[in-house]
Amino acid sequence: MIGLPFVYTLAGLTFAAFAALSVGDSTNPKRLANAAFWGLLALSMLAGDRLGDFGNGLLVLALVGIAGLRGLGRGTGDSLVEERQAGAAKHGNRLFLLALVIPATALIGTLLFEYLPALVEPKQVTLVSLALGVILALIIGLAWLRPPALVPLEEGRRLMDAVGWAAILPQMLASLGAVFALAGVGQVVGQLMSGVIPGGSLLGAVLAYGLGMALFTMVMGNAFAAFPVMAAAIGLPLLVHQYHGDPAIIAAIGMLAGFCGTLMTPMAANFNIVPAALLDLADRNAVVKAQIGTALPLLAVNIALIWWLAFP
Amino acid sequence: MWVLLGIAVIVAGFVLRFNPLLVVVASAAVTGLAAGLDLHAIVSAFGKAFNDTRYVSVVWIVLPVIGLLERHGLQERARALIAGLKGATTGRLLTGYLLLRQITAALGLTSVAGHAQTVRPLVAPMAEAAAEVTAPLDPATRDKVKAMAAATDNVGLFFGEDIFIAIGSILLMKGFLEQQGIVLSPFDLSIWAIPTAIAAFVIHAFRLWRLDRKLAARQLGQGAGS
Repeated sequence: MIGLPFVYTLAGLTFAAFAALSVGDSTNPKRLANAAFWGLLALSMLAGDRLGDFGNGLLVLALVGIAGLRGLGRGTGDSLVEERQAGAAKHGNRLFLLALVIPATALIGTLLFEYLPALVEPKQVTLVSLALGVILALIIGLAWLRPPALVPLEEGRRLMDAVGWAAILPQMLASLGAVFALAGVGQVVGQLMSGVIPGGSLLGAVLAYGLGMALFTMVMGNAFAAFPVMAAAIGLPLLVHQYHGDPAIIAAIGMLAGFCGTLMTPMAANFNIVPAALLDLADRNAVVKAQIGTALPLLAVNIALIWWLAFP
Repeated sequence: MWVLLGIAVIVAGFVLRFNPLLVVVASAAVTGLAAGLDLHAIVSAFGKAFNDTRYVSVVWIVLPVIGLLERHGLQERARALIAGLKGATTGRLLTGYLLLRQITAALGLTSVAGHAQTVRPLVAPMAEAAAEVTAPLDPATRDKVKAMAAATDNVGLFFGEDIFIAIGSILLMKGFLEQQGIVLSPFDLSIWAIPTAIAAFVIHAFRLWRLDRKLAARQLGQGAGS
C-alpha cells in the first residue's frame, strides 16, 4: 500500500539532492551551511522514525543552530531573462498544460483513490496524489523540454534557497503547538477568558467568544488549537447551555472567526510568511498586512452572524 | 499560569524580529520548564512532534517542477497572456481567482492550488502583468500586488474549505462536540460556512476593486506628470 513512507522517501531524496547541489554552488558564500541544513532535513525525512524522540529533538536543535546562529546564504546564479523569454516564445501556452499536471493529478488522485483503499492509504490520498503529480510532471517535462538532467533539481535548489529557513517554520510551529498542549497552555487561557466575561450579557459573551477565537488563533497560529479551548471556556457553558444558542452555528462560525485570526498572524507561517519568501517580498509581513483589511471586517461579520443566527 | 510565559516569548521574539526558528525553540523551552519538564523531556517532546508533522514540509517537492517550468519561461508566458487580454486588470483577475479557489476548496480540492503550485508561477506574474499594461510598477507597488495575490489565495482557501464536509476543521468540531454530548452531522456544520463564504467574497472583491482604482489613479497621475 502506498502511504506516507513513499512520500517521505521522495521528499528525503529531493532534500538530499538540494544539499548535494548546494555544496557546488560557488556563488553562495554560506554554501556549506545550506548543504548541512537541507542534508539534515533529508535525514529527518528518510530516517526520522529510526532516530528516536531525543535524536529528532537534537536534529531540530542542529537545524535551528545552523539557520539561527550561522544563517543560510543564497547564490547569485539565475537563469537569463533572454533564455526564459525565448522559452516562453518557443513553448507557448503548452507550458500551462505542464504546470497543470500537478493540480490535475492531485484532483484525479483525490477522487479516484477513494475507491482504491487497498492501493493507497485512504488518509494520505492528498499527499500521495501530490507526490505522484510531481513525478508525472517531471517525466513529461524532461521528455518534452529535454533539459540537461540536473536542471530541475538545480532550479528547485535555487527556489529552495530563496525560501531558506522559512521552509521549516510551519513544521516548527506545529511542533511548538504539541509542547503547548503538553504544558496545558490551552486550559490556562480558557480559565482566564471565562474569568473576564461580564456576567449576564449575551452580547458580551458572543463578543468574547468571537474575539477570543481570533486572538488565540493569532497566538497559536492555528484555529484548530484555539477552537477546543474557546468552545470549552465560553462556547458551550455560556452560549449553548446558558443562552440556548444553536451549537452547530456557534461552532461553525466560531471556527471561521478563528480563520480571520489566521489571516493576521505571522505565526501561521505556511500561509503568511512562506509566500512572502517565495514571492521575494522585501517585507516579511507584507502578506499579513495585505490581509488585515479583509480579516477585520469579516471578523465583525462573523460575530454579527453568530449573534443573529444562533439565538432565535 | 507560568506556562503562558512561552506565549510572551513568542510575541516578544516576533516583535523584536529575532530569527523565528530561535524564537520557537526558546518558547518551547520556557513553556516546558514552566510546566515542570526537564530539558531532556522537552527536547524529546519537540523531536517527537517534529517527526510526526513532517507531512507539513512535504510540499517543497514541487519546487523542481516549478523551477524547470520557470527556466523555460512559464512566468514570462503568464505575463504575455495577460498583457494580450483586453480589459484584464489586477483586481478582476484576482477576483476570478478568488472565486475559483473558493469553489474548488468547497469541493474539497484544497491542494489543487497554493502558494508554491499556483501563486508564484502563475497568479502573481499575471497580476503584475495586468497592472503593467498601462504603466510600469515601482518596487513598492509591485510587492503590494504580489502580496495581494498571496492574500487572495489564503482568503479563497480559508472561506471555501469549511463548506466541504470532510475537511479537517469540520471533523475536529464534530469530534469535539460529540465528546460534550452534542451529536451533529458534518453537513449541519458545513452549511453554516456558506454565509461567511459569501461575506468573504464580497469584502475581498470590494478591496480588489479598490486596488484597481488605486492602480488606475497611479497610471493617470503618471500620465499627467509626463
